[in-house]
Amino acid sequence: MQVPAPFEYERATSVEEALKLLAELGADARLLAGGYSLLPMMKLRLATPKWIVDIDPLAAELGYVEEDGDAIRIGAMTTHRDLLESELLAGRAPIFRDAEREIADPVVRNRGTIGGALCQADPSEDLSAVCTALGAEIVVRSLAGERVLHMEDFYRGPYQTAVADDEMAVEIRVPLHDRSSSAYEKINRRVGDWAVAAAGAALTIEDGVIADAGIALVAVGSEVASTAAREALLGREPAEALFEEAAAAGAAACTPITDQRGTAAYKRHAVGVLAARALGRAAERLALEVA
Amino acid sequence: MQVTVNVNGRDHTREVEPRTLLVHFLRDDLGLTGTHWGCDTSNCGACVVLMDGEPAKSCTVLAATAAGHEIRTVEGLEVDGVLDPVQQGFTEEHGLQCGFCTAGMMLTARALLDSVPDPTSLTDAEIRDAISGQICRCTGYATIVRSIRWAAEHPKEEQPA
Repeated sequence: MQVPAPFEYERATSVEEALKLLAELGADARLLAGGYSLLPMMKLRLATPKWIVDIDPLAAELGYVEEDGDAIRIGAMTTHRDLLESELLAGRAPIFRDAEREIADPVVRNRGTIGGALCQADPSEDLSAVCTALGAEIVVRSLAGERVLHMEDFYRGPYQTAVADDEMAVEIRVPLHDRSSSAYEKINRRVGDWAVAAAGAALTIEDGVIADAGIALVAVGSEVASTAAREALLGREPAEALFEEAAAAGAAACTPITDQRGTAAYKRHAVGVLAARALGRAAERLALEVA
Repeated sequence: MQVTVNVNGRDHTREVEPRTLLVHFLRDDLGLTGTHWGCDTSNCGACVVLMDGEPAKSCTVLAATAAGHEIRTVEGLEVDGVLDPVQQGFTEEHGLQCGFCTAGMMLTARALLDSVPDPTSLTDAEIRDAISGQICRCTGYATIVRSIRWAAEHPKEEQPA
């Protein structure tokens, strides 16, 4: 029987209360959101917090997807299911629905949250890649105030984030542009399994050229953001050949390992194909004439 | 710690360790062994119960967390000796062989049928997607889908008020 090691339990009924508990308990405490990452880690003793601060009661306070000027604001306790079903995201940031269709399974999606997924910071996890591709910002709060961290600064490598012991992620902000779209492509062997490889792409077009781009490569090393692919795209006219070139640059720079899901060479090849497809689909959604 | 969990419409108060998982609370503390305990890793779905009407894997929910929700287990499907149409469907269409996955499958089916205004409009693909987080190791998926379809076509008759 797998059960977590013993711990003390607190239940927070407001963000304020959760922050007070974190300030008091420090590094000994972990926030429990949906639980589908943390509880398995605790069962395996990969995580052994002395205190669990259960933020399940914050599901309503931190569960929302709203358009706010030039951004979409997503509450950290928004579930995978709500992200999947959000028409706002499907229209303005379709990469979310693409990815959510393939994340875990429908039952897990009922409880798992975006804040939990991002704070787990698993380089094989899809929402970290989605937020990286979109250049999202994470709002992190403590009793002392708020910080807004770009995904680049939030993600510090596998299972590490910039969130301090007394802070919690409360909101994700997805920037919006009139001429931008996005897509996600993933290979997994069966429902609920981790990706063999996956790729997310976001494109912003201004005056016929790529003004901004975000490429995230998943399960192919500790770096999720692909700088090589992004740099290959910036300032150039969207074209199928360019997408393939950028995807190849990203694939060449990533660092997959051989494991039970495939060889390093296979994953490198696959992630390149997926990145090119994701770029193509993002362009298609912008109704771009792609040469 | 003391927790009070509402299961099948009744509050149950017990003294538990904070680390007690909902599946063990139901089985060991309340004796509701209809909820099965399978893989322990939130993969197999044998332990699925409804939390506020939505399926959840009870091996990956603390009993303490469940205290804020209404839990429905397979024991709560039958009411006053009348089987839920889902239970009837699993009987009619041979939806189980060994029975290990059945409780979880039936609860997910109940939630699926409750989530749409007209369950007869559900496609096989939608039914399959709904149960895709649950494993039947007898591989009886075809009959499970037929059982859920049967329930969709035989809704519970409204009781006169």
